[in-house]
Amino acid sequence: MSAEMLVSLLLTTMTAATPLLLAALGELVVERAGVLNLGVEGMMLTGAVSGFAIMSLTGSPWLAVLAAIAAGALLAAIFGFLVLNLMSNQVATGLALTIFGTGLSALIGTGFTGHPVPALAKLAIPGLAAIPLLGRLFEQDALVYLATIAVAVIAWFLKSTRAGLILRAVGEADLSAHSIGYPVLRIRFLAILFGGAMAGLGGAYLSLAYTPMWVENMTAGRGWIALAIVVFAAWRPWRAAAGAYLFGGVTVLQLYLQGSGLLPVPPQLLSMLPYLGTILVLTLISSGPFRRRFSPPACLGKPFRPPT
Amino acid sequence: MLHVDRRRLLLGAAALGTTALAGRILPAVAAGPFQVGFLYVGPVGDFGWSYQHDQARKAVEAKFGDQVKTSFVESVAEGPDSERVIRQLATGGSQLIFSTSFGFMNSALKVAKQFPAVKFEQATGYKTATNVAEYNGRFYEGRAVCGAIAGHVSKSGIIGYVGSFPIPEVVMGINAFTLAAQKINPAIKVKVIWVNSWFDPGKEADAAKSLIDQGADIICTHTDSSAIVQTAEARGVHAFGQDSDMKQFGPNAQLTAIVDNWRDYYIARTKAAMDGTWKEQSVWDGLKEGIVQMAPYGPGVTDAARAAADATKAGIIAGTLHPFMGPVTDNKGTVRIAAGTKPSDADLFKQDWYVAGVQA
Repeated sequence: MSAEMLVSLLLTTMTAATPLLLAALGELVVERAGVLNLGVEGMMLTGAVSGFAIMSLTGSPWLAVLAAIAAGALLAAIFGFLVLNLMSNQVATGLALTIFGTGLSALIGTGFTGHPVPALAKLAIPGLAAIPLLGRLFEQDALVYLATIAVAVIAWFLKSTRAGLILRAVGEADLSAHSIGYPVLRIRFLAILFGGAMAGLGGAYLSLAYTPMWVENMTAGRGWIALAIVVFAAWRPWRAAAGAYLFGGVTVLQLYLQGSGLLPVPPQLLSMLPYLGTILVLTLISSGPFRRRFSPPACLGKPFRPPT
Repeated sequence: MLHVDRRRLLLGAAALGTTALAGRILPAVAAGPFQVGFLYVGPVGDFGWSYQHDQARKAVEAKFGDQVKTSFVESVAEGPDSERVIRQLATGGSQLIFSTSFGFMNSALKVAKQFPAVKFEQATGYKTATNVAEYNGRFYEGRAVCGAIAGHVSKSGIIGYVGSFPIPEVVMGINAFTLAAQKINPAIKVKVIWVNSWFDPGKEADAAKSLIDQGADIICTHTDSSAIVQTAEARGVHAFGQDSDMKQFGPNAQLTAIVDNWRDYYIARTKAAMDGTWKEQSVWDGLKEGIVQMAPYGPGVTDAARAAADATKAGIIAGTLHPFMGPVTDNKGTVRIAAGTKPSDADLFKQDWYVAGVQA
């Protein structure tokens, strides 16, 4: 494989990883606050169609991205109301949210099928983009950069800020957090909104930059992969980035290998590897010496009823 | 925060549910317009396979006006669930039902036994019954026309082909395409990438990108979305559209597209069912009958390519050219079709080998 091909492969991997990374980072924050939202796929689809609709109506990429964020957050708000206020089962509500989001996005998108829009503009980073060969990696659309920056910001937020500490406390010991005066439900609601916004953004990346069009169900399961990445990453932002690149990269790599005719194993085996990795991580974190270091947030998926 | 107590919310939901149910149970009136039901495997908005079937449904409505009433169910899972949907259409008063995916075949046959008065039309399948007809398109004929164009237009001699699943329908398309392209340029190589999905725009685009990175200057597809044509446009190479005319996704990239045209067939069969002349049959029609059509040529089609494509199309329609006329050798060196012979339809449906020059 030539150097140029390697750079092409990296470039395609970066774009394939971006929607996964955006959605996974959002879900990671939600889960660190102790809430499991399985509706990522539905929120991504709703974000994708809303962004696309606003793009084709107004032609403004900024408004389109904002609309996708708002749509994802709005759907997440419904979820938040159901699981926090009505204390419905988080797993069932999340699944319902995915089904609802799939249907809703199809409904909104009826009039938009078959109309292409221009892709988001590529922004070259001055200096870096001029590097021979590798420069192509620094000529991406804004959302790719944003996803990368978001990893650092979220890692810093969770680790080094007071607000991040409170959010983690809410996810690890909701009763204790409540008893020292933190508004558990409000913090969780905000985390859920953030998760929805990020999922919406991930969806918008698909419909505005990756394949700038709208077709029903265009996320094709990426919301579920994002959920797997959160587990794979053991709820750590930097590992989520590694996971997104691994999941995206393996898919792209197996396509390249098929095309080159050099693939020594069936391509299905390669496609399977990231999920095998996820199962492995799940096994490791639920037993053995890794259990204490990588365990999920203690209150994950449990409803919180403030004691009266 | 809002205070809605759960009991009230549940009551409201229950009330809504009851109204919806009442609407469903209302008996269908048999007298009145002739009712035609349609079953789609994908969303009508896929701009591909299901979309084209729905266009034909609309054509039936436009043709017969008040005399017919059509209904459709989209995104029906293949297998057992389709049986429930078909039965629902039949009990709902549909007198003719089009089930438009291979995986609906057994369900359609099962329900057909219980509703002998209802006529069934099964797209792509191999079993029929007294009230079940089967129909399909010879899409490999369209692939041969594409191949003739690619043979002239490709400069690198490498064509990328994004495949869904290695089933005979897809394999015969790859082979017909390659044979036609090699007739023009014997050095043509076809690289196939399987995405193992009918519909995943992102993955289809990635596959196209990797083929372009490896030297392909024309991309073919046998998947269901328009992502490939769009990717080709963005990367400045050519592509062929699939199922429907995808010109708006790649005005410069699209050379032509294979268009599934079910309109005439659906109108004819609806008319036959209304007249009482409907009969069990098995139909595999192509360019000649118009089920397979080619979209207008794009700007990338040179004069020589246009002439070759037109000649291929005319030859197939006249019956003087068969895309699989022997000798055909597979990519391991075995002669699969002897010189001067044509494979039977049954042989075509068993095709599980690739012609020389295909890397899959």
